[in-house]
Amino acid sequence: MDYHITHRTLYEYAAPVSVSHHVARLEPRATATQTRSSFSLQIFPEPALRKARTDYFGNQLCFFAIQEIHSKLEIITSSRVTVQPRNPAQTESSTPWESVAEMFRDPVSPEIIEPYQFVFDSPQIRASQELADYARESFGRDTPLLVGARDLTRRIFEDFKFDPKATTVATPLEEVLEKRRGVCQDFAHLGIACLRSLGLPARYVSGYLRTRPPAGKPRLVGADASHAWFRIFCPGPGWVDFDPTNNVQPAEEHILVAYGRDYGDVSPVAGILTGGGSHVVRVSVDVEPLG
Amino acid sequence: MSDAENINSDHDQPPMIQSQSQSASNDTSLKTPSENLLSGYKRSTGAFDELLAADGRIFQHYAKLLGEFEEFGAAELARRTDASQRFVNEHGITYNVYGDSRGMERPWQLDPIPFVIAPDEWRQLETGLIQRATLLNKILADCYGAQDLIRSRWLSPALVFGQPDFLRPCHGIKIPGDTFLHFYAADLSRSPDGRWWVVSDRTQIPTGAGYALANRLVTSRILPEAFRDNQVHRLAGFFLAVQNALAQLAPRQADKARVVMLTPGPHNETYFEQAYLARYLGYMLVEGQDLTVRDNLVFLKTLSGLERVDVILRRVDDDFCDPLELINNSILGVPGLVEAVRAGNVVMANALGSGLVQSPAFMSFLPGLCKHLLGEELKLPSVATWWCGQKAAREHVLKNLDRLVVKPAFRTHLKIAEVEAAELKRRIEFDPDLFVAQERVELSTAPSWMKNSLVARPVSLRVFLVADGNGGYRVMPGGLARISPDSDGKFISMQRGGSSKDTWIPSATPVEEITLLHSTRQNVELRRTGNNLPSRLADNFFWLGRYSERADATSRLLRSALLRFNPERAGGALPPLAPLLQTLETQGQLPGISDQPELWTNAEAFEAELLAAIFDATRPGSLRQTAEQLQRLAMLVRDRTSNDMWRVLSQIDDRLATPATSLVMLAGDAVGVLNQTLMGLAAFQGLARENMTRAQAWRFLDMGLRLERAVYLCTLLDATLRSPEAENPSLLEAVLEVVDCSITFRSRYNLVPTVPAVFDLILLDDKNPRSVLFQIKQLVKHFDKLPKERTDVASPGKIILENCLSHLERADARELASASADWKTSALARIIQETARALPQLSDAIAASYFAHSTISRTGRGEI
Repeated sequence: MDYHITHRTLYEYAAPVSVSHHVARLEPRATATQTRSSFSLQIFPEPALRKARTDYFGNQLCFFAIQEIHSKLEIITSSRVTVQPRNPAQTESSTPWESVAEMFRDPVSPEIIEPYQFVFDSPQIRASQELADYARESFGRDTPLLVGARDLTRRIFEDFKFDPKATTVATPLEEVLEKRRGVCQDFAHLGIACLRSLGLPARYVSGYLRTRPPAGKPRLVGADASHAWFRIFCPGPGWVDFDPTNNVQPAEEHILVAYGRDYGDVSPVAGILTGGGSHVVRVSVDVEPLG
Repeated sequence: MSDAENINSDHDQPPMIQSQSQSASNDTSLKTPSENLLSGYKRSTGAFDELLAADGRIFQHYAKLLGEFEEFGAAELARRTDASQRFVNEHGITYNVYGDSRGMERPWQLDPIPFVIAPDEWRQLETGLIQRATLLNKILADCYGAQDLIRSRWLSPALVFGQPDFLRPCHGIKIPGDTFLHFYAADLSRSPDGRWWVVSDRTQIPTGAGYALANRLVTSRILPEAFRDNQVHRLAGFFLAVQNALAQLAPRQADKARVVMLTPGPHNETYFEQAYLARYLGYMLVEGQDLTVRDNLVFLKTLSGLERVDVILRRVDDDFCDPLELINNSILGVPGLVEAVRAGNVVMANALGSGLVQSPAFMSFLPGLCKHLLGEELKLPSVATWWCGQKAAREHVLKNLDRLVVKPAFRTHLKIAEVEAAELKRRIEFDPDLFVAQERVELSTAPSWMKNSLVARPVSLRVFLVADGNGGYRVMPGGLARISPDSDGKFISMQRGGSSKDTWIPSATPVEEITLLHSTRQNVELRRTGNNLPSRLADNFFWLGRYSERADATSRLLRSALLRFNPERAGGALPPLAPLLQTLETQGQLPGISDQPELWTNAEAFEAELLAAIFDATRPGSLRQTAEQLQRLAMLVRDRTSNDMWRVLSQIDDRLATPATSLVMLAGDAVGVLNQTLMGLAAFQGLARENMTRAQAWRFLDMGLRLERAVYLCTLLDATLRSPEAENPSLLEAVLEVVDCSITFRSRYNLVPTVPAVFDLILLDDKNPRSVLFQIKQLVKHFDKLPKERTDVASPGKIILENCLSHLERADARELASASADWKTSALARIIQETARALPQLSDAIAASYFAHSTISRTGRGEI
């Protein structure tokens, strides 16, 4: 499936900003099942300095600095992406989870060093016995890894209520677990934390989701949003994605932008301002299917 | 590398430092100790003693020192110990103790007996330390580069990937000369068999070299003969190497290079050391908010604009250096710094990310890594360490929990000391990577001076290395020795009452004298200005001036009021001094007194109110609070002011703090304290006037002082003019007394004070340093000398001042010769009120033009 994605972010500051530095991770990655035919990033006002590079996890990032006094910042991206249909992973026949966890206990083979990096605690995700206990309900003895992950995805979807007002990005996982509420970012973090508490490698993925209008209604332009989900490493198929917010295994309708250990590694736009006071942000995303 | 090889491999490292006890068989090197100085010295049986061999004789390298002590005796040694503590106090050598609000700064604890290390033994230590620094640097270069050590399994991946101190944004940054560790320090201790072991590696911010230098300064002064006779190696050469190494790092030509030291600020535990070293090395001490990144270059924000910075010697943990890329929960640091480093426009020392190898978990890998990377055996062993991330090590630790010391493997919030064994075991099993266990260290003991006798105290030694810029390292010949206050102490912490020692490496030949301050061979370019003042410091000096004058004015007003209180006055009524009290009310020292009519008829209650305005630390605006503000500000500018200024201000605060403990405070006593406070403030202002060069720091201090003085004068004159008793000579006398003009007035007029004469003297006489006009004229002079953003238009502050000046110059005090009913509406009254209103605006204008450190905020995290 081909998509044209427009992502617009507008910051309005209460007080003038004299200088600001930003890092944006908005360029969709090229992967085995996803190709990117074009990408553009426009920034207003024009940054004094702008540098694109690849980060530690291989994501494309753009560093930019604005050095003129401004009270508005607008970032607009436009991407053309083709998502290939994926061969569904053989969930039932995947390796039992205990064997996978054992692979990632010291000493670890150099061949799996890449996924090994995603077993450890990260700034926003800390493994705990409590999370391990929650996860164990999905990961019984000898449960195939992907069966367990699919079940965990379902349980997060069923046990937790989507509630944009319940959390912020600073809400710790313990609180999400207690309130049983959150947004896609919290659910992705929760899934990852559960898996890592069992010693399994899991990644945080940021991206977009194609939304379908209710039957008979036209598609609303700009009504989509950024999305987040997680992926787990499975010997054989490699990384396999799960979306606990929608209780699905991403296929042709999830567009991947960046991945990392948690949200902090991939936040779409981060910035530090001198001045500015309080600010409001408006984000609009449009995922337009082509053809 | 298998687990079995890795585990505890420290124990079979062949080349060890030769122990002194092995050379103890050589009889000529030992001396039988004298009875009297060492009569209280008990050699501990289980530990190595640095002074006495097993047979009770003195090691050769201590012989000269002990001989000297015997010559001048215990009484003289006690006297010199007192002198050393006086030195420490006078030089303001301090250490901040966390969690101690009152007297956060503690005097540095220094034991007068130096720790002496034999020259041949030191040479071996040096070789081992240089090897270790080289090794750790290579490990860092690999972890932040190719990561071959991880792929080839010399290093467990978890040790790097699982560590919060592995800073992913710093991976792949090109580091000049691949030097990550410009500075390295190690904590050493000596086991009972005489071998030296590394107990911890310091790679993030190796602290302590400045304290070692301060200890040297004091110890060499109190023991000059012994220092000379032992031909002790000097420390200055090491710091010269530091200067040279950092200058070489600069991306720009060395002669233009600006090196700054980045500090977390005065509340950091080693702030004294930072200020001391910065001054010694000639670097400006800056905080994150003093720096800014523009065009990918780092600049210092100064009064006259931005100045490029080339090298940052950091005393800030690396994850606090850039809130944009090195994520933590604070917004401290310099946004964009990592990108500037990445572009090669600024060099950090140590490199960002160097904290990685500080983890004790690395210790168990070092022997193998040393062979692999350097092709050598590890010369200086680490204390036996087991990292629980490895299976065999973990099993060993769980079996021996009771005799090992378990520590967090990584920098973390874990508090292990409070955890019970069973819980600890469970935690280790759940997340083994986070824990290491180490053998308990039995420290050696060294002679120390306690309660007037020589005693043996457990000692550990921190040693310091600097990269020489050519791929090698240089060791400071000496170090920071620390002793435990108890004879059986196992841990030494300056946070918990430990003391320190100078460390002497005697030389067989005369030592070279080096000084950092000048080189005789080079022509020195004469300078009449120092480094440009950072805006933040200008702000602090300005407020130091304001608060010192606020304290002065408050003290004067309160003193004059207290002196006039007389409980025997008929009806308990107050003497005519309402304008003085109203001034204190307006300025915040006696809030709300106008709304309490009962106070004005009760002299005793009022007196209590006045005493509270002096001593009550919890009361906003009290003199005590002002004094605390003064001390806080003095601390913020400490690296820019003399010790004398610091001492004077500390004494003011101390004096005001003392009476708080006594229950009864008489007005007479309070007047005494106020007199002393005023003397202290006079000393401070005198020091400022006579001892500070007329540079920006002094200018801002004096501007603050002038502005504050004008504020109080205008408030007092305004209140006087409104008072129904304005013509009462005893009120006017009080006003003259407050502004210290009684004598002048008497010499000019020789009659009872009248309103026009008093106002002429206090408001309009520009020869009187306590008149309003004098302050305004001084401020105008200062403004003309300040750096300007634009020359074509007057600054907002200048416009305000010009207005005040023209009004005051046109005023005529003879206007007040009329009936007092008209005074409130007189032109003079209006001028006083307008000036009083203009002054706060002037303060704001100065802040906007020169201090302007806008707040920093974060966006984007949280929006998806």
